[in-house]
Amino acid sequence: MDAMKTRLFAILVSATLLVGNVGHASDSEARIETRIVSLLNQRCLECHGGGERNGGFSIASRENMLLPNDSGKPAIIPGRPDESELLRRMETAHDDERMPPEGERLSNSDLALVRSWITTGAPWDADSIVAPWSWQKITSRSHPRVTARDWVRNPIDTFVLAKLEDAGIQPTPPASPSQLLRRVHLDLTGLPPTPAQVKSWQADPSDAHYGKIVDQLISSPAFGEKWARHWLDQARFSDSNGYQADQLREMWAYRDWVIRAISADMPFDEFTIRQLAGDLLPDPTLDDLIATGFHRATTCNVEAGVDPEGNRVDQVIDRVNTTATVWLGVTLECAQCHNHKYDPISQRDYYQFFAFFNNTPLEVQQVQSGVQYDFWGPTMQLPQPADVSDLHASRQAQLKQLEKRQQTRIGELNAVFEDWLTGIERDPERWTDTISDGLSIERNKRSEQQVTKLRQHFHRLDETYTNRQANIELLKQQVAKLEPSTTLVMVELGEPRSTNILLRGQYQQPGPPVIADTPARLNPFPADQPRNRLGLARWMVSGDNPLVARVAVNRWWQEIFGEGLVRTPEDFGTQGEAPSHPDVLDYLASELHQHDWSLKQIIRLIVQSSTYRQSSVQSTVARDRDPTNQLLGRGPRQRLAAELIRDHSLFVSGLMSHRIGGSPTYPPQPDGLWKQTGRNEPVYEADQFDQRFRRGIYVIWRRAAPYPSFVNFDAPDRTSCVVKRPSSNTPLQALTLLNDEAFVEMAQAMAARVLQEDAADTIEGRVRYAFQLCLSRDPSAEELGVLRQMYHDERQRLANDLEAVAELTKNPLPLAVPAPKDPVEWAVWCCLANVLLNLDETITKS
Amino acid sequence: MNRLQTRREILGAGALGVGNIALGSLLAQPASAALMTEPSHARPKAKSVIFLHMIGAPSQLDLFDYKPTLQKYHGQLLPEELWEGLQLAFIRERPKLMGTKFKFRRHGQSGLELSELLPHLGSVVDEITFIRSMHTEQINHAPAQLFMQTGFARFGRPCVGSWVSYGLGSENQDLPAFVVMNTGLIAGAGNSIWGSGFLPTVHQGVEFRSDGDPVLFLSNPRGVDRARRGRIIDRINQLNAIQLADVGDPEIATRIEQYELAFRMQSSVPELMDISAEPASIHRMYGTEPGQPSFANNCLLARRLVERGVRFVQLYDQGWDAHSHIAKNLPKKCGQVDRPIAALIADLKQRGLLDETLIVFASEFGRTPMLQSSAGVAAGRDHHRHAFTVWMAGGGTRGGNVVGQTDELGFDVVKSPVHVNDLHATILHLLGLDHERLTFRYQGRQFRLTDVGGKVVHDAIS
Repeated sequence: MDAMKTRLFAILVSATLLVGNVGHASDSEARIETRIVSLLNQRCLECHGGGERNGGFSIASRENMLLPNDSGKPAIIPGRPDESELLRRMETAHDDERMPPEGERLSNSDLALVRSWITTGAPWDADSIVAPWSWQKITSRSHPRVTARDWVRNPIDTFVLAKLEDAGIQPTPPASPSQLLRRVHLDLTGLPPTPAQVKSWQADPSDAHYGKIVDQLISSPAFGEKWARHWLDQARFSDSNGYQADQLREMWAYRDWVIRAISADMPFDEFTIRQLAGDLLPDPTLDDLIATGFHRATTCNVEAGVDPEGNRVDQVIDRVNTTATVWLGVTLECAQCHNHKYDPISQRDYYQFFAFFNNTPLEVQQVQSGVQYDFWGPTMQLPQPADVSDLHASRQAQLKQLEKRQQTRIGELNAVFEDWLTGIERDPERWTDTISDGLSIERNKRSEQQVTKLRQHFHRLDETYTNRQANIELLKQQVAKLEPSTTLVMVELGEPRSTNILLRGQYQQPGPPVIADTPARLNPFPADQPRNRLGLARWMVSGDNPLVARVAVNRWWQEIFGEGLVRTPEDFGTQGEAPSHPDVLDYLASELHQHDWSLKQIIRLIVQSSTYRQSSVQSTVARDRDPTNQLLGRGPRQRLAAELIRDHSLFVSGLMSHRIGGSPTYPPQPDGLWKQTGRNEPVYEADQFDQRFRRGIYVIWRRAAPYPSFVNFDAPDRTSCVVKRPSSNTPLQALTLLNDEAFVEMAQAMAARVLQEDAADTIEGRVRYAFQLCLSRDPSAEELGVLRQMYHDERQRLANDLEAVAELTKNPLPLAVPAPKDPVEWAVWCCLANVLLNLDETITKS
Repeated sequence: MNRLQTRREILGAGALGVGNIALGSLLAQPASAALMTEPSHARPKAKSVIFLHMIGAPSQLDLFDYKPTLQKYHGQLLPEELWEGLQLAFIRERPKLMGTKFKFRRHGQSGLELSELLPHLGSVVDEITFIRSMHTEQINHAPAQLFMQTGFARFGRPCVGSWVSYGLGSENQDLPAFVVMNTGLIAGAGNSIWGSGFLPTVHQGVEFRSDGDPVLFLSNPRGVDRARRGRIIDRINQLNAIQLADVGDPEIATRIEQYELAFRMQSSVPELMDISAEPASIHRMYGTEPGQPSFANNCLLARRLVERGVRFVQLYDQGWDAHSHIAKNLPKKCGQVDRPIAALIADLKQRGLLDETLIVFASEFGRTPMLQSSAGVAAGRDHHRHAFTVWMAGGGTRGGNVVGQTDELGFDVVKSPVHVNDLHATILHLLGLDHERLTFRYQGRQFRLTDVGGKVVHDAIS
């Protein structure tokens, strides 16, 4: 009974919320054409729209509606509602006749609307599907008047403050210097400030100093590593193919390209063009080609019996949907099987867009003639340092020479093979298991396989042959190790494929042909551009396109504030949420246009604003008035993303490797997680030394079984594009931070570091230092008390439990600092570090 | 009660975002239901589901759907009109028909026929509804597994267990709503087939494992015993509580509770996974051996999980993909699953739990009535999407019952076809959920497990 009450309660809450979320334009204001189109689209489109024409009736256009249907009569006779079949079928009391046949009967007000629409002549405007707000041009808006003008640092603040003042809410006071410094460090580099950095900032927390810090952080290499992460979710970048066996693929060069491009503040228009069409640029550079990995990152099914064409179409669909989500914030995929129900996108638009991506080769290849398939598709070798490639070449030459000599030796041996055979055939006592099968059969009746076996056996009896063969195998291994790395790239077919509408989205059911084009109601496709991916990319970043800049800045805002100005970053259409601050969104979008598409410029604006610098403390009053901080009356506070939790703990433990780029890292994970069906499944072997302690962005990403501690902290499996990760709060997260070997190592290292680095050499000094490392601030007296008490308590217990001490400090790995001399002290600190690395505040940006 | 109110306050005050609300699942709060448009849409018959998915796909023609005519035409070529335009995964030349090598026997009061390979299942046949008219849209394993579990052949959608967790939450404070166990290798589609797609991540299946930690990261590292772990968690929560008082973010209150729950799970999960205290009669019934990971153990664990209020238990069993050597493969695999599955049904029944526990036995597709590989001992069957058998027991289904029918060759469905969407609609219906109303808003529209399809199979329901 109680459970039921609780549930009902929850439903009531949610019902209110759902209603609250839907932004209704005032119905009475809308024109009758608009309202009728919206009604018919919602209730009739499924069976009478797009390609569907049930009963011969279609609402595709006014002309269509007035045509005679299967009954021989038109459904609508303009001006005569009572003679119009449409209205009769909507009004009828007979269930088996009534339209629409499913769902609620039309309301009386809807019926009245249809009647008055027919009475007035059934006016119809082809453009009546209202384009969403986001399809309108980006406008610069006049700055509203605000009272607390001192608070304003840049136009973001003006717009935010105006709304707050309207609502009668005061901005929250600024964050404390240490909180702000930690926040901006985490936002720009994903790493916390060091205690020394906190100290120097606290000595001079001026705007000028802040600006300098922002400049330093934004130009540090860690900036690219931090800001590449959210992009890689969208690119569904991973180190494996997905599907059965989920074999590894090599394309980390693309991940490194993203990091480099972001670090170098590559303008977002170029960033776009290179990833979508770097291969089609005139004289593409190596980097331009690597960048096209964006769309090779899609999954690929190579299980036996797969249909290569079906796989290819699935990949193109994924590329189309991902492109539309990432750059346009449009739910294009809704139009894959029928016209979009809410936004002005037809099924034809979908396949016209599809045509841009339909000209790349198949990516699975038949193995010989059977039904086995291998991953294929264009791969590019990466250049190597000259000494490595020289060595590679010389080893290869050596190998070739040895193989040639071996062939000669084999020739010599074959010349005497028959003699040997005759000898051994007569001497069964010398027969071993390997050859007795063949020898027991008459010579001219032996199968080819048996003869080969005998011949190989004879070769191996020769010392010269055997020794040389061992050398050949060794050299082969060396050559393999020196092979250049590769990466996956896009290549356009010389002869483009023809594209058809796919009925119901099925590749076996082609409909009418289409040519490559962009949605009709957006900015026109530039006349001087080729109708390929390059033209498409340039159309997106042409400056007339209203979506690309808005969608991009919204995601950057989301990365900093936890929620976007549009809280449905995947949908800027009429069904998505309206922006909380349209002026801020458009201001930032036009800034992006005006500042050469610079990501760093936008981020600078955001982190310089007073809006950003507010404290994240929530008073009960503020929480009640604006629980989700929609009005931005307080600073951001959210849990760090999975990879950044790793980075943070690696950094404070002193273990973190600062190496940028390269092949993926394998941190320790529990045994037996990689055990999947299929051919050639890879094996997991944890790395040692530096490679083990690299940032989260470099961790091997296998789609079928992603790194488990990331999964527990809401990382996606990267099988499809994700523009916003959820942020859950579960016991599995607690277990991960408490017990995962990776975090246990970090606690051990952090403990050793605290004992090594602390100059004060007092318990309190150490506690303060450790606390500062993790939280970038001083502990309060109360917090200090908790930790000090814990120290004494554990110290007493462990002094009498040397077995536990030995286990707590057993660390097979080289530490960043020498192992502490007093093992009991180290063990006590392992426990304290375990506490500190688990605090909510440690894994939170606040 | 106090605690509940705190939680309500928290939910009401700060956690309106999807990710936040959904934290309820693991905490047994029905908060996850908050996202549904309605409460239980109909009177539920089942409270929980045990879904047995045989990865690779067993042959329905050798187990459940006996075809005398197919026996008669064994060895003859597949009729030209069926071969024309037929897309198969492996077979490239017009194949021969293949009858079954195994004998079928009638069982129970219903007199339903089952293969000699399933003698134990025969003993509970009167509890089972066989759907012989199942069909799907995919012919390759990974896409078909995704389709069977998520209703969508590509990645990115939530699986049926996640939808159920989202719709109903858990009835146990200390265990997840949706638990997955695997025997053998993991399905080709990987962990995604128990993924939550666009639903909040708390609804993804939590894998309980037979090797190593039963839940990843459950056990303490060396040098940390339970008392020390308890003290460490106390300190963490003391410090988190100080922070909560300063900052006021309800997420911190939730984090404190999650650490308490983690600590409880450290003892409740091993207790749950330890089957050694079960009586000998139960071990004989299931064929279980404590400490020896097996499908049988997982069946017994499934019972223990639903007894404790876990909403959805998914068992995957690998190794059914017999493109060749059915004669050897199928007896071996049936030997592993027949006894424990029958025991699970009988055991739930004797505990009075069968009425509220729905058991589903399924695979991603079926197998062809045609021969693949060479005849004789090597004979096998290719993937077949046009007709196969799944069955359901308990949870309000009708026992000793058959839904649908295939043609004389077992090639196509001729009566009451059941699509994957229909199966999903039926599972949800038995749980009291309307598949058209269990929706989640994403990308500007209301997504459902059954997309735009799905009809409840009323013939399967008692």
